[in-house]
Amino acid sequence: MTLTEKILARAAGKSGVQAGENVWVNADILMTHDVCGPGTIGVFKREFGPQARVWDPDKVVIIPDHYIFTADSKSNRNVDILRDFVREQSLPYFYDVIDKPSGRWVFDSSKGMLKRQYGSNYAGVCHTALPQKGHTRPGEILFGTDSHTCMAGAFNEFATGIGNTDAGFVMGTGKLLLKVPETMHFHLEGKLQKGVMAKDVILHCIGEIGFDGATYRAMQFDGPGVAGLSMDDRMTIANMAIEAGGKNGIFEFDAQTQAFVDHRCKLNGTKSAYEPVEPDKSQKFVCELVVDLTKLEPTVACHPDPGRRALAKALGHIKLDRAYIGSCTGGKTGDFLDFARVLLGKRVVIDTFGVPATPEIVHDLQTARWGDKTVWEILVDAGVQMTENASCAACLGGPVDTFGRMNTPLKCISATNRNFPGRMGHKESQVFLASPATVAASALTGRITDPRELLS
Amino acid sequence: MQSVFTGPVFVVGDNIDTDQIIPAQYLTLVPTIPDEYEKLGGYAMAGLPDSLYPIRFVAEGKLDSEYPIVVGGRNFGCGSSREHAPIALGSANARIVVAESFARIFFRNSVATGELYPCECLDRLCEILKTGEVVTVDLDACNVSVRATGKVYRFKSLGEVRPVVDAGGLFNYARKNKMIAAQA
Repeated sequence: MTLTEKILARAAGKSGVQAGENVWVNADILMTHDVCGPGTIGVFKREFGPQARVWDPDKVVIIPDHYIFTADSKSNRNVDILRDFVREQSLPYFYDVIDKPSGRWVFDSSKGMLKRQYGSNYAGVCHTALPQKGHTRPGEILFGTDSHTCMAGAFNEFATGIGNTDAGFVMGTGKLLLKVPETMHFHLEGKLQKGVMAKDVILHCIGEIGFDGATYRAMQFDGPGVAGLSMDDRMTIANMAIEAGGKNGIFEFDAQTQAFVDHRCKLNGTKSAYEPVEPDKSQKFVCELVVDLTKLEPTVACHPDPGRRALAKALGHIKLDRAYIGSCTGGKTGDFLDFARVLLGKRVVIDTFGVPATPEIVHDLQTARWGDKTVWEILVDAGVQMTENASCAACLGGPVDTFGRMNTPLKCISATNRNFPGRMGHKESQVFLASPATVAASALTGRITDPRELLS
Repeated sequence: MQSVFTGPVFVVGDNIDTDQIIPAQYLTLVPTIPDEYEKLGGYAMAGLPDSLYPIRFVAEGKLDSEYPIVVGGRNFGCGSSREHAPIALGSANARIVVAESFARIFFRNSVATGELYPCECLDRLCEILKTGEVVTVDLDACNVSVRATGKVYRFKSLGEVRPVVDAGGLFNYARKNKMIAAQA
């Protein structure tokens, strides 16, 4: 069996499963957020009754992160709906925007977009917060009401996005009927060269198979090349399995996975026991691709879909209005460090926005020092508009007052994960997806630029 | 249970993602709150670029569409897991999407909510039909017939998905079949 089949078999209480088979699996974690949480709670109450209790309070994780730093009253209300539900159900894992359990969330736009407006429990973007807060464990099943839930596949677990109705069902029963996906095999070899990042790996893979090439399928990443990829890198890659239509992305378990997960579970006092899945000698794949990391070059997905692959060096003629770094896939500490390396001592020539995924990443950047300056100061000095208000922000457009949102038909290069028409705001705007290094290089020149031109 | 649907089609191309079906700025609306469910219908397909789609799916200021049947190309409903997407179409009174292929989560959400019948047709109807043409979709016969030309196009049987949508979604279906307890 493949890694995905092994996890699904275990969660279904079976000795084996085959691709195409429908199985009921037990969930280990159900995650929801402010955009889909209120609707999920609505389904749960409508279907199981006003007095119903969630199937297991320790397994429901609620992370407001999407539309937080906006004056939109419904968005603020939606965070309050989550808080009321958490109190009613006594859920231990709720990463609220404010500290007061009986409070109401109101964003104060008069304080501006850059200074932090959240309390001590806030965790930021759900997919990045889940591992940081000790909720991702090898061998487990994670359901989330968000398509990028697949990011947790980096930790050798089965993680996939579901809708509100399915999530309401899981909330009440702890189970879900799944079709076992066929597995596509991506065997990684070699080592990334200077200026080439994990984002280039996944944009390359999506370009190879087409952006619906993994529909109804699992994408398994393994091979000797994985050892050279950090957990941040693996998250970037697994995150974008959905951009090829994939049901999930998954990595093998290794010492790096173990060190990360053990540390995070201990730090947060979350469940520390887990059972990874190891690859079987015989695995049945629907297709096999070998990816030589050594040969990859900085890659871009052009407007209007993540499969429009081109090399950055061939796109120098495309002039840009804006650059953006942030989101679950591109707003991690490692992403910002690579971004800052390109910008160090230079100045951007187009509007450039930086949104760290989580408060912990804000802290990392404000405390890491290169010489006499913090990385945060280096970025601000380079002209990047850095906000402390970690959230999904303009990655998915959001309410019109969202930080970095494109409210006019601009061209933007972005370290995020999706570039369909209107994704970052205005429906006639254009988004080009690239690595943090390529976004940084392009911000310095105002056109799409291969970062290797600037890294000596 | 209604199995034959006749009406004008709204035609879109390949890769219509959930941001085009319901733009992210409207996800502040909660589908289980009745008046917000209605409002979602008014924004269905509001993310389609005007330059490519001069005819709107829902007329300005209206909550319902004149098009009960949507015709798409490949990979319809790709992108996010937002259930608001099939709900917005259903709230706008669409009942059927006929597309060459569907993205996985959209297909599943259409069935789980019972909002839409997602029919997969091997012919590229999005290149054959124009918005406003009247067709009849017969779910039992698994075909689409075009009133003007009389031509008939087959789609794949909905199989075990059909009774779930017929029942009005996952919960109703599960209760009807005693898979979960009767409503609390």
